[in-house]
Amino acid sequence: MKRSTGFLAWFMDPKRRGPMLIAPAITVLLLVNIIPLMWSFGLSFFKYRANTLKLPKFSWFYSYEKVLTKDNIWESLQTTAIIVAGSVGMQMVLGFLLALLFASQFPLRKILLMFVLAPMMLSNVAVAIYFKLFYEPEFGLLSQFVQSFITGEMYVLLSTPAGALIGVIFADAWQWTPFVMLLVLAGLVSVPKHLYEAAEIDRMSWWRKFTTITFPYVRSLLLLAVLFRTIETVKIFDLVFILTNGGPGTATETIGVLVYRTAFQFFRTSNSAAMGYILLFAVIVLTSLYLYVIKQRESEEI
Amino acid sequence: MKKYEKKAIGQSGWLWTSLASFVAFIYFFPVLFIILTAFRSRSDTLATPPKWFFTPTFENFYHIFFRSMANSTEYVATGFHMYFFNSIYISGMSVLLALLIGTLAAYGFSRHPLKGNDTYLFIILTTRMLPPIIVIVPIFLIFRITGLAGTYTGIILMYTAFNLPFSIWMMKSFFDELNTEIEDASRMDGASESSVFFGVCIPQVKAGLAATSVFALILTWNEFLFSLLLTNKLTRTMPPAMARTIGGEINVDYGLLAAMICLFIIPIFLITYLLQNQLLRGVTFGTIKK
Repeated sequence: MKRSTGFLAWFMDPKRRGPMLIAPAITVLLLVNIIPLMWSFGLSFFKYRANTLKLPKFSWFYSYEKVLTKDNIWESLQTTAIIVAGSVGMQMVLGFLLALLFASQFPLRKILLMFVLAPMMLSNVAVAIYFKLFYEPEFGLLSQFVQSFITGEMYVLLSTPAGALIGVIFADAWQWTPFVMLLVLAGLVSVPKHLYEAAEIDRMSWWRKFTTITFPYVRSLLLLAVLFRTIETVKIFDLVFILTNGGPGTATETIGVLVYRTAFQFFRTSNSAAMGYILLFAVIVLTSLYLYVIKQRESEEI
Repeated sequence: MKKYEKKAIGQSGWLWTSLASFVAFIYFFPVLFIILTAFRSRSDTLATPPKWFFTPTFENFYHIFFRSMANSTEYVATGFHMYFFNSIYISGMSVLLALLIGTLAAYGFSRHPLKGNDTYLFIILTTRMLPPIIVIVPIFLIFRITGLAGTYTGIILMYTAFNLPFSIWMMKSFFDELNTEIEDASRMDGASESSVFFGVCIPQVKAGLAATSVFALILTWNEFLFSLLLTNKLTRTMPPAMARTIGGEINVDYGLLAAMICLFIIPIFLITYLLQNQLLRGVTFGTIKK
């Protein structure tokens, strides 16, 4: 039996319910994310500078060649890798320790937890401004501490390449350690209590309890934390841009800052598009890994 | 008490509290220091060694809105109230839009899966994981051509797309948790699809909607790069406005900046406290539920 036809019936067909529901979202994402990405992919094969009126000129892989043969992208990839390794490493260690501290129930836990979790919710701009003040050579706390207890001289952390890197890493790790802590905490409270009780009866040592009971339960969450933080830290821009602006020289020029400078200070638009695609590739690989681990974890639980 | 026991392993006493308070104090110190700085006068801010006891002053807060410009003693409005308004208006509008579109899509993904559902979801998550710097180059060019640069419409559209993947993943994780039997039962009783959605599903995910909108609000409220490049003097939001206030490397008015940060972050503490149970889900875009 055929019921009423026409546009409305076609539109309301139960078969089309799924597509219809997601259509608005896909449209917005297509307009604002996918099409611009395609555009810049196309642009990376042209020679184009956004500050001139010259039309884009097709040039095959010229931009990629130009980008990959110059040293600055390798240097910035290296800088980014150092910041990622340093910051994520610090977050993991400190986050784990904080989680162990907050895993048990004690009075005022919820309020204290709020104080520790708050940095994660702050704007990068606010964090950058605070650390700018903290590292300030004349009246910043760090400089004053060094001045009065160690050297007696003003201490300018951000003026040396290594110091600037440490400064950025420390600020980023401070902001994101609560994230790792939150994940580890979730793992710690998911450990069934009877396992600990059984271990107690067997008089297991603290270390053995940790390696055989606690760690296996938080392992997958730790892996997720590493992946998630790596994805996020590869993109680091705001903090570096405000704190050091990539300096001194190019010592803290991460890939994000490099793309920004190439696109909006030197107006090498097509080169920046090519750089962006190299970065995009890395992020896609990391994201699929992240989702793979999540899937694994979910199927384990069921 | 029962609820708390589930949330933590073991019981510890006040000794543990004092240890944790000490650690929390150290960890929270930077924020505390910013708050103190906001209430210091300019000479107290520059004092060496730092002054821990001082008469609090509100002059920094006053200077956010009214400041004397170079070579004059007359106080003029700085236009900062406008940036506040912009931040509230732009993040409010974009979160509302993203939530509306995102909830529909999340329901679609959760209840009417398509062929290749996971692929769609992966692509959507990837657009969120993307470094914004890649998207911003072409967006900047497109906005320049279409005249959207510097308009409210442009930045709201941008932020809607920015919040959309988050809203979809978050809301999908809430829909996935619901018991579908209730929906099936109401369908048996003859409820239409739209009344299943509005009458059965939405009331059950109210808490999820609240959490999602609050997280999206924070993300948008804090966002820097898009606003830096896509807004002009009239539509600028708080983060780039603060960054501009830094100016050069010398003579940075930290008291003023600290006061701005104070006004900027107050809502966030309240939210962190209220949403503690949803925090993990929120910061991982709904990919990790517990």
